[in-house]
Amino acid sequence: MAPVDYIPRIRDNYARLGYKPYNWVFNGIPPPWAPLAKPLSECRLGLAASGGVYVTGQVAFHHKDDTSIRDIPTDVDTKDLRATHFAYDLSVARRDPNVVFPIDPLRRLVREGFLGALAGTFQSFMGGIYSTRRVSEELAPKLVSRFLEEKADIVLLVPV
Amino acid sequence: MGLVARSAEAAGIPTLCLASALDITRAVNPPRAAFLDFPLGHTAGKPGDPELQRTILADALSSFASMAAPGTVRALPYRWSEDEDWKAKAFAEGDDRTARVDTPQYQTEEDRRKAEGNSPPSCPVCR
Repeated sequence: MAPVDYIPRIRDNYARLGYKPYNWVFNGIPPPWAPLAKPLSECRLGLAASGGVYVTGQVAFHHKDDTSIRDIPTDVDTKDLRATHFAYDLSVARRDPNVVFPIDPLRRLVREGFLGALAGTFQSFMGGIYSTRRVSEELAPKLVSRFLEEKADIVLLVPV
Repeated sequence: MGLVARSAEAAGIPTLCLASALDITRAVNPPRAAFLDFPLGHTAGKPGDPELQRTILADALSSFASMAAPGTVRALPYRWSEDEDWKAKAFAEGDDRTARVDTPQYQTEEDRRKAEGNSPPSCPVCR
């Protein structure tokens, strides 16, 4: 079966509920491109994920255009990860955070030599920020500075 | 996430989006994307299935080496289930989202106690 077309489906559903139409981003400008400089087995991987994951002890995200980020140490005990979000069913991520924050499979790929190393911290944030301006002016620059400070050679992005 | 990908790439860092909504991914048009046709909330695999999670991640990450053109979206070959009933239901009707409140939303009350215990004093002269 073909993939779900979420944009028309959500548009129609919310129109029936009487909501104001959501402004989807359609980016026709060709994306920039940084070529891979070395084999994956020599790369240090960074990660940013928008599933609202935090470590117990950190302040949790709020659900209204929260542009803050949490640094998640990549040696974190998976049992200490938590998830909060307003828009997806959290029961699965709370049972196994790897479905939205794949820390265990990535650690394993480093042990296997598939990847060189993981950055010291991964970055987590809250998806569903409705302001494109706040994403591009507040969130994206903060994330990119963290990737650079962590000396990530490549970055995996995991939206929800 | 497309905007984050573009910002990182413009700063010289190659990125890959692992995503489960193909049309939204195409709309935001990131430099590299691997599409996993799973229900939203399972972007990186099935819960409690570390072998599948490892396979999906390794397969997706191999795109860093194989993709050659900006805007490439590669479909990963994994299926959520034999039947695809979940596709008919996803976001089709109603609204299951919770209210968008602007105070921290903890998974547990214990998390709240730990975090509030860790917070710096709110009064600047008390530091």
